[in-house]
Amino acid sequence: MLEKLLASAFCRAIKLMTGVRALWRENQPKAQPTVYFANHRSHGDFLLIWACLPSALRARTRPVAAADYWLRGAFRHYLIERVFRGVLLDRHIKRGDDPIAVMGAPLLAGESLILFPEGTRNQEDGLLPFKSGIHHLAEAHPQTEFVPVWIENLGRAMPKGGLIPVPLLCSLTFGAPLTLLPDERRADFLARCRTALLALAALSD
Amino acid sequence: MIIKIPDPQTTLVLIFSALAGLLFIASAIGAALRWRLARGQANPVIDNLIARINAWWVMVILFALTFWIGNTGVILLFAFISFQALREFISVTYTRRGDYRALLWCFFFFLPLQYWLIATHWYGLFAILIPVYAFLLLPISAALCADTTRFLERAAKVQWGLMICVYCLSYVPALLMLNIPGFSGRNLQLALFLVITVQTSDVCQYIWGKLCGKHKLAPEISPSKTLEGLVGGVLTSTAVGAALWWMTPFAPWQAALIALIINMLGFFGGFVLSAIKRDRGLKDWGSMIEGHGGILDRVDSLSFSAPIFSISCGTGGEHESVPQVGHGFTCRASGVCRGTARRAPTPAYKAMPGLRETKGVTFVKNLECG
Repeated sequence: MLEKLLASAFCRAIKLMTGVRALWRENQPKAQPTVYFANHRSHGDFLLIWACLPSALRARTRPVAAADYWLRGAFRHYLIERVFRGVLLDRHIKRGDDPIAVMGAPLLAGESLILFPEGTRNQEDGLLPFKSGIHHLAEAHPQTEFVPVWIENLGRAMPKGGLIPVPLLCSLTFGAPLTLLPDERRADFLARCRTALLALAALSD
Repeated sequence: MIIKIPDPQTTLVLIFSALAGLLFIASAIGAALRWRLARGQANPVIDNLIARINAWWVMVILFALTFWIGNTGVILLFAFISFQALREFISVTYTRRGDYRALLWCFFFFLPLQYWLIATHWYGLFAILIPVYAFLLLPISAALCADTTRFLERAAKVQWGLMICVYCLSYVPALLMLNIPGFSGRNLQLALFLVITVQTSDVCQYIWGKLCGKHKLAPEISPSKTLEGLVGGVLTSTAVGAALWWMTPFAPWQAALIALIINMLGFFGGFVLSAIKRDRGLKDWGSMIEGHGGILDRVDSLSFSAPIFSISCGTGGEHESVPQVGHGFTCRASGVCRGTARRAPTPAYKAMPGLRETKGVTFVKNLECG
């Protein structure tokens, strides 16, 4: 109960602060296991996508988050485990870890994921090269749809290291879903995902 | 012919009632158009027209409420409009991590300070805060972040946003600072005159353009602006401005002339901001006002006309027999006797012959305060 209240409070707060507009281009939100992948510039990124999903889908969508950041401190731990129901990954993979299986479990259970394939927050314009995890995930779950989501402005409003948010208006653009083609090579799939995401960028500079 | 001019309160009630009446007519026309032309079907032009009229209802009611509250209400309303307009401007402008601090200064320091200066009638600092202080301080803040990529362009954009959205728009509530002899207690209706005239011009340009617009003025900047719309809109709203002369300290011909000037400026305000939008590949600045786009789409004309209108009104006051300080704006010294002393009355006040009434406080020659 408390978790649900907190979750909706966070969603309302970030929507109010960013005046966000969610633009569903070419497709509508679907209730099936989906991987939403987005550009990553701010800690608020996953929350903004999560807040903009219809509430029925939001309850079945889980952000993929870095364990080393979120397990520091009891409150953060509580937030990511109970409120946002994050899927925690260790960024420094040890022997015996299987991050693809960890991410795959919710998909098998019919849930969706929010993923940032750049792996870290980008402080420059454009996109960093994608990590290969998204391709491994697509290989393990070839039926899953991968939906690109371009986040505009949140990185400027809440940059890495900034404490006070600049009250900029943000927008989310959801693109057409991608699936792994038969015999598609890793580099090709990663390039296709990256191009699809960049094509959604609202403004070119 | 002697026309009895209603007292300030009655004037505001009259004007807002007239606006509500006009909106009733507009809503009726919208409903009739939907019924006759579109036969209840969706029609983009008529649907947009009705959305625009509904948004006007909300805007007029909001203005009526804030004018009913008085000076504080109007200052807060324009502070909010500036905030939202600056948000829209900076949101579509290219900035980098190095501008983060400069942007925080804009939103959380310069914007509130500018409106606080109006509330405290500190005209001297109000007039130069953004063109001088912000102009010099913001690029320093950005340069300290040691990112030189497109530096001049970024600094210029931030300054432009602040000038258009905060400095220029704040000249509307700055009318409340004006001290026009024989017009005391009526400054709110001066602000209303400006807003009504300029917005009427926008609306009439839209109507004339839709009714008989043929020759496009500059399709590469704004596809909807036509020569017929411009001429018809500006002439109509100049007539409206002249008809409202009794709200102002001007004679009818002066009111008509000043209405013509601010309508032309308002037109070019929309024109210049459209050029910025096209450069950024946008149709609207935002989506806050249904049917109109963003708030900046609604106030672009106001931001170009308000400074010139305010300064004209201020200069007009100079010709009266009472000496004026700062082009007719109440000098900061008037605050001295209200217990918020910051500096002594200026020499201009000390040199003043005889008495002078400001906001109920009588200034005497060589007045010594605090």
